[in-house]
Amino acid sequence: MADIQNNPPLAQEVDEKGNLPLVSVRNLSVHFPVGGGFLFGKKKTVKAVSDISLDIYPGETYGLVGESGCGKSTLANTMLGMITPTEGTVYFKGKDLFGVDKKTFTEMRRGMQMIFQDPYSSLNPRFDVLQIIGEPLKIRGGYTDEEIEARVLELLRLVGLSDKDLHRHPSDFSGGQRQRIGIARAIILNPDFLVCDEPVSALDVSVHAQILNLLMKLQKEIGMTYLFISHNLAVVKTICTHMTVMYLGKMMESGKTESIYKNPMHPYTQALLSAVLDIDVDNKKERTILKGDIPSPIDPPIGCRFCQRCPKAMEKCKYIQPETVEVEPGHFVACHLCSGERV
Amino acid sequence: MENFWKKAGKGIKAFGIASWKKIKKAILGFGDFIKKLWMRPKGRVGLILLALLFICAVFAPVIAPFDPYDVTQRAAKGLSPSWEHPLGTTITTGQDIFSMLIYGSRVSLSIGLITGILTAFIGAFMGILAGYIGSWVDTVIMRVVDVMLVIPTLPLTIVLTNLFGKSYGMIIFIFTLFGWTGLSRVVRSQTLVLKNSNYVKAAELAGASRMHIMMRHILPGVSHLLIMSTALTSAGIMVAEAGLSFLGLGDPTAISWGKMLAEVQSGGAMLFGHWWWIIAPGIGIFLAVFAFMRIGVAMEEVFNPRMKQTSSVYKIFKNLNGAYIEEVFDSMDEKEKLGYIEEKERVRHE
Repeated sequence: MADIQNNPPLAQEVDEKGNLPLVSVRNLSVHFPVGGGFLFGKKKTVKAVSDISLDIYPGETYGLVGESGCGKSTLANTMLGMITPTEGTVYFKGKDLFGVDKKTFTEMRRGMQMIFQDPYSSLNPRFDVLQIIGEPLKIRGGYTDEEIEARVLELLRLVGLSDKDLHRHPSDFSGGQRQRIGIARAIILNPDFLVCDEPVSALDVSVHAQILNLLMKLQKEIGMTYLFISHNLAVVKTICTHMTVMYLGKMMESGKTESIYKNPMHPYTQALLSAVLDIDVDNKKERTILKGDIPSPIDPPIGCRFCQRCPKAMEKCKYIQPETVEVEPGHFVACHLCSGERV
Repeated sequence: MENFWKKAGKGIKAFGIASWKKIKKAILGFGDFIKKLWMRPKGRVGLILLALLFICAVFAPVIAPFDPYDVTQRAAKGLSPSWEHPLGTTITTGQDIFSMLIYGSRVSLSIGLITGILTAFIGAFMGILAGYIGSWVDTVIMRVVDVMLVIPTLPLTIVLTNLFGKSYGMIIFIFTLFGWTGLSRVVRSQTLVLKNSNYVKAAELAGASRMHIMMRHILPGVSHLLIMSTALTSAGIMVAEAGLSFLGLGDPTAISWGKMLAEVQSGGAMLFGHWWWIIAPGIGIFLAVFAFMRIGVAMEEVFNPRMKQTSSVYKIFKNLNGAYIEEVFDSMDEKEKLGYIEEKERVRHE
């Protein structure tokens, strides 16, 4: 058993070229059965995620953006092994997450942890802080109570809480403090990969920056890789190096954050970015307003998933699924406008 | 070898300290809980009554003035209440009724409590298993529950007692067999809520086994249901046991309140007008059930503070009434509505 106090988490050595992705998702589809199918009815499925591929490199922050119900959280949960995919798979450190035996699976999953959206429901109200943060160590086993307590105290200081909070219960804390406890619990096993599922959207605006700064500080000190799911495009622009825009379970546009913000190619991305508020009052942008609602994922359009609401939709968008094309190095778009001749 | 003993000693010591801490915490927690009950008038009445009944049951030989099993007092048959026999004696055998009443609390309380606790254990086990594991385990357990719920209990009890004999253990077995079903449904639905909570998800991510999650997260989450059900089913079981004994299906060798009622009927108390013999076991049953119900209701208030003050039944009735008046008002035409309002105003002025 390793002595955890004298064994600080290792920083990842990141080089710009030729490093292997930490997590790669290949052609991932997740379909859930819903109702029907008994005796006569046709079996229906919700196509939550369809054919998504992405690579996340060590040390970076990867943004995942999209409307509510577009499959971001399902994708993240599948990457963590909480949901078994219908098709495709996830590689973590080069190993197939769904192709290994149960013991290796559990061990691999300890390298990936999650920060939840709602800090009020993610902490067991019956536990005190020591039990909440120390639980992952207890589950893994092999640590004495003193070791666990020392490590929890160390983490409490790291996330900006005091030693006095050790025996308090979650109900004694504010939302921001609870989120700090959730972060401490997520990083106690020294994970390489941390999924942040809208970590600030349930908090006060005044606390947003504190939590984001804490996450950035931890990334710098410990060297974790983040998958950052968010609604907030301004936040994604600030902290993410790469990003993917999703719509109705499909990837619309993906690439470096800079190049997407500078040169959005997909009409959906353009509409999203035009909705971001700017501090400069004189800078009057053209605002693209989308009509209609997001269609049901049970029965998505045959062609491009976005065709019903797209301001630039063409005839062929309704029938043919657009292929993903690389418009710039590392910048992928799934749109007929970019993939060739216009009909 | 020496190393091994050292390690073992350390382990035992660590275990001892840990378990002592846990025991201490449990005792303190229980004390806190009792204190919370004591703070409420309902809980206080229940606790005092229950304590009295327990004292009666435990120290029955000390308190009871006569031996209730003594059926040889031929000279003392059918006596009216006096200082020597506070509740008189039975007509048929001359047993002291007051002593029988005190001894009867032993059977009633113990059957109620043991069955309540066993029911809580089995109901929790089945409910958590069905809710957390899901899939075929859920289907099997829930179908068994469905079947158990539609079986009429009384005829089956008569059959079972005739088959396997009438005894104390048999009664507990039968009541437990049919008691756990309702509770397991409630526990299952609560488990389904807890199962999808984020802290369970976090524990799963950390590699927790199903056992760990069920014991550490879900069982504490449903514990308030279990404690409440123990109190409320105990009360129900005591009434049911009295009913069974009255029908002659109880333990024939023990003295219980239900059996006393049966003797009242067969011994001809009605004929001779010995009302004290009729009322005595009834008061015993009433007090015990009342105590458990009071405690159960007080627990409900402790665990669910939003529902205190007004009883939910009263609220529902009030709402229904209001809705009815509104419905009638809506169905009137304009003229009638005006007339109704004028009438109301007039009544108010008068």
